[in-house]
Amino acid sequence: MTAGHIFKTAHEARDLIRNGDVSSVELTQSLIDRIDQVEGDLNSYITVTGEQALERAAAADAGIASGDLDGPLAGVPVMVKDNMATAGTLTTAGSQILKNFVPPYNAHVVEKLNDAGAVILGKGNLDEFAMGSSNENSSYPPTRNPWDTSRVPGGSSGGPAAAVSAGEAFISLGSDTGGSIRQPASLCGVVGLKPTYGLVSRFGLLAFASSLDQIGPFSRDVTDSANTLTVIAGHDQRDSTSSPRSGGVDYAAGLNGDISGMKLGVPKEYLVDGIEPGVRAAYEESLKVLEGLGATLEETSLPLTDQALSVYYIIAPSEASANLARYDGFKYGHSSETAQDAWEVMDMTRGEGFGAEVKRRIILGGYSLSAGYYDAYYKKAQQVRTLIRQEFAGAFEKFDALVTPTSPTVAFESGSRTDDLLAMYLSDICTIPVNIAGLPGMSLPGGFSEGLPVGLQIIAPHFGEQSMLNVAYAYEQATEWHKAHPTI
Amino acid sequence: MRYVARLTHLSLTDEEVESLRSQLSTALDFFQTLQQVDTTGVEPTGSPTDVSSVMREDVATPSLTRAETLANAPHTEDDYVRVLPVLDT
Repeated sequence: MTAGHIFKTAHEARDLIRNGDVSSVELTQSLIDRIDQVEGDLNSYITVTGEQALERAAAADAGIASGDLDGPLAGVPVMVKDNMATAGTLTTAGSQILKNFVPPYNAHVVEKLNDAGAVILGKGNLDEFAMGSSNENSSYPPTRNPWDTSRVPGGSSGGPAAAVSAGEAFISLGSDTGGSIRQPASLCGVVGLKPTYGLVSRFGLLAFASSLDQIGPFSRDVTDSANTLTVIAGHDQRDSTSSPRSGGVDYAAGLNGDISGMKLGVPKEYLVDGIEPGVRAAYEESLKVLEGLGATLEETSLPLTDQALSVYYIIAPSEASANLARYDGFKYGHSSETAQDAWEVMDMTRGEGFGAEVKRRIILGGYSLSAGYYDAYYKKAQQVRTLIRQEFAGAFEKFDALVTPTSPTVAFESGSRTDDLLAMYLSDICTIPVNIAGLPGMSLPGGFSEGLPVGLQIIAPHFGEQSMLNVAYAYEQATEWHKAHPTI
Repeated sequence: MRYVARLTHLSLTDEEVESLRSQLSTALDFFQTLQQVDTTGVEPTGSPTDVSSVMREDVATPSLTRAETLANAPHTEDDYVRVLPVLDT
């Protein structure tokens, strides 16, 4: 009976609960059944916490009945990516080095979800330590794309994207370091939002690249994205980069769908070599939709876009090599049993526990930071980072937002890029510059090519989430793409 | 490659060293494009926002208990993490 609700939006689900049409327990059970039905094909979850979810759903039902609990996520079943700490629940970051790690505390965003009465169903699959664009670097069976299970869901937040796409969660949280929310959102046909750096606390997020990482929501429509952002945004003393400007905004209340007179920039460098004709056609069609809504579109140029990939693949591995130094085999996680002394414990624990991509990035980062190479690589990348920020700042003097494709391609076949590093890295070419500049960006369903979803990316100035969401909302009101679901 | 592996405390097999050496070389070639950008006098960006050196009031707050802190340690003894010898004996 409640199985008919699995593809509702979170706000529709919330209304059903609030009106007494269905209880949170019933809804949670129907999603647990759905997870049982499709997980054999999808692997969206690393851990499902069904019993705990049903208990929390019962508590949510009681809270809603007594009037103590309200708000957009009250009683709504959700998923969080498995690189966010959940007290008492296994948190692996997709890695064998944390295969037995049970955090003693909750990430800030998990506290926020719990306080809002959301029901966490489990932990989402990801590329190991969020390093990857296809989910094929997970040390667990990789997530597959619900639209075509021979294809990847994107990454690194492939599990959270696939779960929302396939009706295994109404909302999920992912993290985005170079596109890890927006690219899988594009490939799975859902809405994915990466906030301004500093808007959402990173406390309890297992760090990959600290100056780039941000947490954000996946959802089936823009209203849910706005509602979830309202729940998770806010200043947090436990993250020293958390912005005092963050919080206190109801993003859904600000959605009016009126973008007439807005100036939108169309950066020509994002129509990269290798963009698929179907993706390009969908994108150009989307630009017409926005123009039809009264926005003024104008081509612009961001010449440093070409350099963003190099900047990213120096800065992110450098920060990763420092962040991942903590996995030493002493305090938590895997510990080598064959080592003969403490130094060997470190070397062998890491050699045994990390997968190929993580080792690759640690080596790349270690090299970039090492004496003699620091100026040529790390410092140079940080200087070009400054120029990329300035280039965006210049564009935002003229434009309210930028509109680009999210990914140059639709979901690609599993295994097709694992041997070609640069081809894999190129999947994030349209999303990486946004992290380098710390800007907010989101991907929303923007058409289909060969039966697979195509994403439309909107990029806004720092703390411009409200106007970014409003552009997305206006587009969504004028299109039907977000209403399509995979048949799995 | 062995030197960087030592710096980053990674034990690698001979096959891994070989494959990482060629991948590192591919990446470094790719990064050469950065040299085309004139960065004379440009300040490096460490963090993309303007928040820096945030201080809080120096007030003690409750932290994790010793048991919680040690619960994930592979080897413990009494209230300590136990490790193999660090120094040669």
